[in-house]
Amino acid sequence: MKSAVIVFPGSNREQDVIRALRVGAGHEPVKVWHADTELPAGTDLVVLPGGFSYGDYLRCGAIAGRAAIMDAVRAHAARGGLVLGICNGFQILVESGLLPGILMRNRDLRFICRMQHLKVERTDTAFTRAYAPGQVIEVAIAHGEGNYEADEETIRRLEDEGRVIFRYCDAEGRVGGKANPNGSTHDIAGICSEGRNVLGMMPHPENLVEDLVGGVDGLGLFRSLRAA
Amino acid sequence: MIPNSVAVTPELVAEHGLKPDEYERILALIGREPTLTELGIFSAMWNEHCSYKSSRLHLKTLPTSAPWVIQGPGENAGVIDIGDGMACVFKMESHNHPSFIEPYQGATTGVGGILRDVFTMGARPIAALNALRFGSPDHPKTRHLVAGVVAGIGGYGNSFGVPTVGGQTGFHTRYDGNILVNAMAVGIAKADEIFYAKATGVGNPIVYLGSKTGRDGIHGASMASAAFDDKSEEKRPTVQVGDPFAEKLLLEACLELMTTGSVIAIQDMGAAGLTCSAVEMGAKGDLGIELHLENVPCREEGMTAYEMMLSESQERMLMVLDPAKEKQAEAIFRKWGLDFAIVGYTTDTLRFVVKHHGELMADLPIKELGDEAPLYDRPHVASAPPAVVPAESVVPPMATGDALVRLVGTPDLCSKRWIWEQYDHLILGNTVQKPGGDAAIVRVLDGPKGLAMTCDVTPRYCEADPVEGGRQAVAEAWRNITAVGGLPLAVTDNLNFGNPERPQVMGRFVGCIRGIGEACRALDFPVVSGNVSLYNETNGVGILPTPTIGGVGIIDDVHVHATLAFKVEGETIVLVGETKGHVGQSVWLRDVCGREEGSPPPVDLAAERRNGDFVRGLIRSKRVKTVHDLSDGGLAVALAEMAMAGRIGAKVTAPAGAPVAHGFWFGEDQARYVLTASKAEAERIMAEAEAAGVPAVVIGTTGGDALTLGDEAPISIDKLRRAHEDWLPHYMTGPEAIAAA
Repeated sequence: MKSAVIVFPGSNREQDVIRALRVGAGHEPVKVWHADTELPAGTDLVVLPGGFSYGDYLRCGAIAGRAAIMDAVRAHAARGGLVLGICNGFQILVESGLLPGILMRNRDLRFICRMQHLKVERTDTAFTRAYAPGQVIEVAIAHGEGNYEADEETIRRLEDEGRVIFRYCDAEGRVGGKANPNGSTHDIAGICSEGRNVLGMMPHPENLVEDLVGGVDGLGLFRSLRAA
Repeated sequence: MIPNSVAVTPELVAEHGLKPDEYERILALIGREPTLTELGIFSAMWNEHCSYKSSRLHLKTLPTSAPWVIQGPGENAGVIDIGDGMACVFKMESHNHPSFIEPYQGATTGVGGILRDVFTMGARPIAALNALRFGSPDHPKTRHLVAGVVAGIGGYGNSFGVPTVGGQTGFHTRYDGNILVNAMAVGIAKADEIFYAKATGVGNPIVYLGSKTGRDGIHGASMASAAFDDKSEEKRPTVQVGDPFAEKLLLEACLELMTTGSVIAIQDMGAAGLTCSAVEMGAKGDLGIELHLENVPCREEGMTAYEMMLSESQERMLMVLDPAKEKQAEAIFRKWGLDFAIVGYTTDTLRFVVKHHGELMADLPIKELGDEAPLYDRPHVASAPPAVVPAESVVPPMATGDALVRLVGTPDLCSKRWIWEQYDHLILGNTVQKPGGDAAIVRVLDGPKGLAMTCDVTPRYCEADPVEGGRQAVAEAWRNITAVGGLPLAVTDNLNFGNPERPQVMGRFVGCIRGIGEACRALDFPVVSGNVSLYNETNGVGILPTPTIGGVGIIDDVHVHATLAFKVEGETIVLVGETKGHVGQSVWLRDVCGREEGSPPPVDLAAERRNGDFVRGLIRSKRVKTVHDLSDGGLAVALAEMAMAGRIGAKVTAPAGAPVAHGFWFGEDQARYVLTASKAEAERIMAEAEAAGVPAVVIGTTGGDALTLGDEAPISIDKLRRAHEDWLPHYMTGPEAIAAA
C-alpha cells in the first residue's frame, strides 16, 4: 500500500491524516505539493486532507479542484485508484467533478465542531470493510460548509446504487431531526463514486484513532485501507 | 534638516494622541519640528499601547524569572523550558477596542496577531484560548457582539489550523461600552532554536515578508490608547481585516525559512506595523535602520511614507537575513506565494532613517524612540476595602436546589458549548481535554508530555478588592492546572483596565499588580509575557478591572490526568480545603439575592500551595481521576458540573461543623477541590490529608440520576442540564425566534 497526501496552500489536517494512516493502516504516506503534476509512481491511495485550501476563497474547494495536481488525481481515479477526500477534501472532490453534488453552508450558518454519530451504511468499499454493516460510530465533525445538496435525480441514483456510505444519526442510529447537524439532504455524511473507489466525507475519522484523544471509532476506516 | 511640507499645529499633535508636554519632549529630543511622518512615528511609538507609559513602572515589580524561564517579558512571547529539549512559547493579547467597533474583524485580527507573536519566535502554535467579556445580556448590542466575536475567533483559528481549546466568557453591564477580547496562543519549539527580535551585523538586509501593505489599521494602536465616546463607530476604518489563509502560508514559510539558518532576527508587524517592528529590531541590537519605502509591497497605489509607516495591515513580518542565504530564503517565500522584498538594511548610526524614492522622510535617534518614551507615575488611590458580608446575615430567598438550578443557567455559569462548538478544538489530534474542563490538556507532539492551559480572572473580586482579586486570578489559574494534574509553570497576563488618568482606576491597576505579583511569587508561577489594555472606558464609564491570567503547566505523562466528570457510581466524594462559607461577592449573593457587594474571599497562598500540591500528588500517583476546582458558585455548582459531565448523580450532606447552609453550598472560599475515590482509597486519602495538614472532609457518594443536597428533594441531572445548556443558545436565537417556535 502506497499513499500520497496532497497538500494545498491552506490544507491544515494533513498531519492528522498522516498520523491516522500510520496508526491505522500501518504505513507512512508521502506528501505531494499541489503544484506538482504527477503522483509518485505506484500510488494506491490519494488523500485530500481537511483544511481551507486557498482560504476557501471563491467557494470552498473550488480553486483546489482546479489545481495542477488534480489532473493526476482524476487520472488515478479513472484507473480505479483509491481517492479519499475528508472535509475540505470532499469539497474539492465535488468541485473537481470526481463526485456529484455540492457542499453548502451549514443549516444554522455557523461552523460546527463536535462529536457526531454516523451510521456506516455500506461496508462494500475499500474504505469501510472493517466496519459492520449498519454500525454506529462516533467521530468528529468540524466544518462550516457540510450541508450536502444535489438534484433529485442524483440523490435517487446515489441511494439506488448504494453510494451513500455514511449518514448522520444519533447514538441509537436514528436519522433525521437534531441528529443531522448541518441540514444535509438524506442525512448524507459521505458518498462514493460509481466505481466505489472515490470516497468523500465531511466527518473526521482521522481524529478518532486513539483512546486518549476522544476514541477509536475512526480506526475502522484506516484498518480497512490496511487490507486494501 | 528635513523640509517640512505640513505645518505641525497643536490640533495635528492632538489628533496623533500626543499631549502638549509630550510634543515638547519630542522637540527637545530632536531639536527641531518633526515632519508629518516623524510625528506619525512618535505617535505610534509613544502611545499607551506600544510604550506602556502608564504601566511600565508597575509591571517592573512582577516576578519574571525561574530556572525554567528561557525568555521573560520583552520579546514577542514568553518562552519556558518543558524538558527533553523542548520549549513552550506563549502569550495573551487583547483586541478590545477593534472588536467593539467591528466584532468579526476585530476578533480575527486579535487571534492572528497572537498566533504571529508565537510563530515569530520559531514555535508552531498547538493551541489557542480566549477570555471574553461582554456587556449585560439585556444591552441591545450584546447579542450582535457575541455572535461576531465568536464567529471571528473561529473563522481565523479554524482556517489557520490551530485548535481553540479553552477560555472564559462572562457578562456584566460594565462591559456594555467596552467588550474584552483577550486571545492567547501556545506553541512549541526546540529550546535551542528560538528566534528573537534583536538585529545583529551592519549592512544586513531588512526583509519584508507576507501580505502587502494597505491603508487599513492606520492609527489602530492610537485608537487602542484612547477612551471611547458615542462617535466610536466612526473609527471603523482603523480596524484591520484578517486573512487567515495568508497567515497559514506565512507560518509555513517562516518555519521553513528558520530551518535554513538564514534568519538573524525576526519581528512581526503588529500594532504600529512597520514603525514598531523596525525600531524594535534596531534598538534591541544597538543598530541603526535605514528603510527605502519604495520597495515595500503595497496593495494600493500612491501610498505615502506616512501611511506605510503606520499601516497595520495584517500577516506581515520583518526579518534581518544573512545576506549569503538571501536567494534561498526568497525561493521559500515565492513557493508559498508570499511577498518578499528587501526594504532596507542595518546601519551603525543608531538612527532610524526612512527614505521614499530617495527623499528623506524621517531621521530619528532609534534608541530614544523607545527608551525616551514618556513614563508616568500616574496618581493612584487605593480603594477602601468593602465590608465583609457574614453569611449568617443573609436570608436565602429560595431553597438550595432552586438556587442551584438558577445559578447553572445564569449567563456567567451556563454552558458555553454554543461558543466552543464554533471553534475547531480537535484539529491536530492532540486535544486530550476539550473545552468544558478545569484546564485544557494538549499532548505535545506524539507524547508522552502534555500541556495544561487555562485563562482566569474574577473581575468582580478585582473591583471590590484589587489586591485579593489579583491574587485570586493567579491562584485560580494555578488551581485549574493543578486540578487536571498539571504542574503550573508560568503565566501570561493581559491587564484590561479603564482610564489610567483616573486615580481610582490607576489604584485598582496598582492593587491588582501587587496581588498578581504576590501570588506569582508564592506559587513559583512567574509572568513571562503579557499585554496591557487601558482606556477601556466609554462616556466616562470604565470596565471592571480585568487582569486575565493565562497559565500553562506541564503534565509529564499525558495519560495520567484528571477530569471533572463523575465516572463511577458509589465513589466517595471528598472536599479538600477549608470551607468557611464566604458569600461576599459570590455569584449566589449577586444572582440569587440580587446583591453585588461585600469583600471577595481572601486568598491564603500557603493553603493554595499545600492543598494543590496534595491534590496533584494524588492525580500523578494515579489514585484519583476525578477532580474539580471550586470557584464561581462554590461547592453546589461544582458538584452539579461534575454530575452533568458524567451523567451520574450524587448524594451529598454538610458535615458536622459546616457553616450555615447557603455559605456551605455556595460560598466561594478559595484553595478548594472536590475529588472522588473508592471508599477504601478515600479513607487512605483522608488519613494522608490529615498528616499533611490539608483540610479534607467526606461529603457524600456518587450514584443515581439526581443530585441530592442535604435533606432537600433530589434535583434530576436532566433538569440541571436543561438549565445549563439552554440559556446561551436560547439567548443567541433571540426572543422573537423563541416565541415563533
